[in-house]
Amino acid sequence: MTVSRVNDFAIKIATVNGTGSASANTLLMKSIFRSGIPVMGKNYFPSNIQGLPTWYEIRVSKDGYVARSGKVDIMVCMNAETYARDVREVAPGGYLIYDSTWPRPALLKRDDVTVMGVPLARLCNENFKGVRTRILMKNICYAGVLAALLDLDLARIRELLAETYAKKPALVESNMQAIQLGYDYAKANFACPLPLRVERMDKTGGHIMIDGNTAAALGCVYAGATVAAWYPITPSTSLMDAFKSFADKLRVDPETGRANFAFIQAEDELAAIGMVLGANWNGARSFTATSGPGVSLMGEFLGLAYYAEVPAVLFDVQRVGPSTGMPTRTQQCDLMSAAYASHGDTKHVCLYPANPEECFYMAVQAFDLAERLQTPVMVMLDLDIGMNDWMCRDLKWDDSRQADRGKVLGREELEKIEKFHRYVDKDEDGIPYRTFPGVHPKGAYFTRGSGHTQFGTYTEDAVEYQIVLDRLVRKFATAKRLVPAPVFEGSGKAQAAIVSLGSCDGAIHEALDVIASRGVHLDYMRVRGFPFGEEVEKFLAEHEIIYVVEQNRDAQLKSLLTLETRVEKSKLRSLLHYSGLPVSSKFIVDGVLADLGEGRRAVTGVAS
Amino acid sequence: MTYIPKPKIAHPSLPRNELGLTRRDYEGSLSTLCAGCGHDSITAAIIEASWGISLRPENLVKLSGIGCSSKTTAYFVGGAHGFNSVHGRMPSIAMGANAANRDLYYIGISGDGDSLSIGLGQFCHAIRRNLDMLYIIENNGVYGLTKGQFSASADIGTKAKKGEVNQQPPIDPVLLAMNLGAGFVARSFSGDKKQLVPLIQAGLEYPGFALIDVLSPCVTFNDHEGSTKSYQFTREHYEPVVEADFVPFQREISTDYGAGEAVPVMLHDGSRVVLRKLAEDYDPTDAHAAYDYVQQHIAKGEYLTGLLHCRPTTDTEFHALNRTPEQPLNQLPFGKLVPGAKALDKVLARYR
Repeated sequence: MTVSRVNDFAIKIATVNGTGSASANTLLMKSIFRSGIPVMGKNYFPSNIQGLPTWYEIRVSKDGYVARSGKVDIMVCMNAETYARDVREVAPGGYLIYDSTWPRPALLKRDDVTVMGVPLARLCNENFKGVRTRILMKNICYAGVLAALLDLDLARIRELLAETYAKKPALVESNMQAIQLGYDYAKANFACPLPLRVERMDKTGGHIMIDGNTAAALGCVYAGATVAAWYPITPSTSLMDAFKSFADKLRVDPETGRANFAFIQAEDELAAIGMVLGANWNGARSFTATSGPGVSLMGEFLGLAYYAEVPAVLFDVQRVGPSTGMPTRTQQCDLMSAAYASHGDTKHVCLYPANPEECFYMAVQAFDLAERLQTPVMVMLDLDIGMNDWMCRDLKWDDSRQADRGKVLGREELEKIEKFHRYVDKDEDGIPYRTFPGVHPKGAYFTRGSGHTQFGTYTEDAVEYQIVLDRLVRKFATAKRLVPAPVFEGSGKAQAAIVSLGSCDGAIHEALDVIASRGVHLDYMRVRGFPFGEEVEKFLAEHEIIYVVEQNRDAQLKSLLTLETRVEKSKLRSLLHYSGLPVSSKFIVDGVLADLGEGRRAVTGVAS
Repeated sequence: MTYIPKPKIAHPSLPRNELGLTRRDYEGSLSTLCAGCGHDSITAAIIEASWGISLRPENLVKLSGIGCSSKTTAYFVGGAHGFNSVHGRMPSIAMGANAANRDLYYIGISGDGDSLSIGLGQFCHAIRRNLDMLYIIENNGVYGLTKGQFSASADIGTKAKKGEVNQQPPIDPVLLAMNLGAGFVARSFSGDKKQLVPLIQAGLEYPGFALIDVLSPCVTFNDHEGSTKSYQFTREHYEPVVEADFVPFQREISTDYGAGEAVPVMLHDGSRVVLRKLAEDYDPTDAHAAYDYVQQHIAKGEYLTGLLHCRPTTDTEFHALNRTPEQPLNQLPFGKLVPGAKALDKVLARYR
């Protein structure tokens, strides 16, 4: 039994970390993308530099689905260590490609898949010199095999190699030679193309393939951020690397060579957020990127920023907890710790991008919100959004856009007023006015995390203390109106609905289609900001059964909804995915249908 | 502790500086520390020093962490911007603030608890980054606000008020700063205003990280017999080895010093620190020699005071290393920071 599908299948490639397979996988994915076919790539990698197993999944989807499909149609086995489990994972009717330099008949016990042996090591040993080159080329070689099997255009592959190695033309030729070796072997030995293959489409125009960390970093450049302080932590590091790389190109004065930014690698996360506060307090837009452990360490300073009303932008690229957890796997497990970071009565504004495109726009918006509200704003990515390449619409920039610096009194305003009071609610929106040092003698004030009056002076007086605390509540209410509104889908009249956030979005879209094909129509609300506004309240009130889909064990989004809205707790039903792999559409379909009592048969095993 | 504002009344005959301000204009709110606290003398020296160099109050940023010493930022230069942050983390706030605006004066007030225990990491890394600030440690060997526990600067053998004897070796901020490459390292005594004022002035003008470790006895918890940080012990064991005069830019050197024993160190704006050696065998501009000299005297139980080490470090200052523009980052116009729509299209080409 074989499966025949055009532009609709998933390939999984099992390799060894540090063998250069990333270039081969990117090459494959981009050549499919440039053929106009929607494609997605997800990297499942170990917390390791070299030697441990790593997988890459490429999903070709004519319908543009961006989530994991939950099954594997073509498996490329390049790692002897994981061979047995990789073989098991191929869907019935699928294909398995392995390095037949060392035949392994004992392991090939699948009658329902087509096994194709390619002597990759032998081909490379015969054609290339040097151990490292042979290892690297073996990976490029399987890309050549797949090119023949899937009917990819070799000219497009050459074009991509030429772009990648623009400065090293010799590498274009050697890589192309490895591609050709694999390609020719497949053509000579197998019936090419397979029934699973690609066919040119025109659905990727106006789109890019980009990861969320890169898009967020670009957003920081466009937001006018000038001080970047950070401490390396997976999976957020590439956000800072990308910012540095963009800033080196776009922010260095061509005439003077001066850098219009400061990039500070701090001694730890505590110092990183401290620097961010110091810079924002002094009128420069500043940010940091971290992950769950970093948010824990930054807690004390986040409380200070909340209470002393200092803007800050923090990107939390969430990974798997608790504790060190699994640093290279994905989860949405910091929703609670971010929203309520620090001791005492603190609450923080959070934004929840669902893809790299939103990472860009929300990064820009985060700086506006942080300065408008004079408080930390946390942009909650996760490893799946941050480090995987997603197909998304071209990022746009409106040249007329200006930064919203919020309520800042400059020299002229200060000249006019009699006396400046830092924490007085003049406009009755809970947001006071601030000043920057060095601007005007009247602008001076004392910032402190200890009890203070609305005039900025120290206090231990109950009434004076409460005036400030109560105003902070009003400010948080103002934030509800300013954070990005939820996104709604569906008729709005369904009895049951899905509520979710962030990177679950791709899987939910696909799941909604599948569920609809079974005759069940659900409404869907994706929240994009915390605190939750009135639209969220309304949607929750209007639906009887609400599936809260999220990627953590303890139902943290559900907890936030329960704590921060008027929703009746019993209406909320959790679908929790916390394996560390991105949630698949199948998990949601199975979960919803099982609960609705329609699809008991569909729930056939462990959530994948 | 409550907030007590001071009445702003200045006698017409009070002397005025170049800005037309009196010393009263450099005061802050009333101190709520114990009567006789060494920290209040340091506050007075900061007021005198700031007035003396005609510092514009609004151009001064005062930063601190947590502890008795950290409270004092509220007690001087009320017209300056203050930031009382969290325990041991003042250096990171100072770093961010300085990165945003290199044009202001930054003074950090810390204590031995704030800098040598919880904040040891940030203290060290501020030195490594050669952050342009004056960092004063008001060093009394004890935790005052929590009632007299030993701090990391307590000497071996020193006795606590309730009789406990410290047996752990101290961390000496002066040796540590020299070890980490600080270019301006001084030690002084809260009771020696004559020495302290020019040190503060020179430290404020020094283009890089300047440390002054000020022995500042705690009258309530560490001023008894058997303590090595009491007023009496400090007076008996402290030995000035270098006198520093701060000479502002374009001002004639009026101080009288004999050639041969005076070493002028130029600062970036043309002002100078003139070091006068009181000990003949001591070279304060040589980091290694200074380190050895100070360490040998500590072994003998002597606190050397004065500007113990001073050398120019302009090339390693944070902004110099990071090639930031002369114009502070917080004053760059938005249009200069945002690359625009066309540049974005070019960037996106790489992702197609």
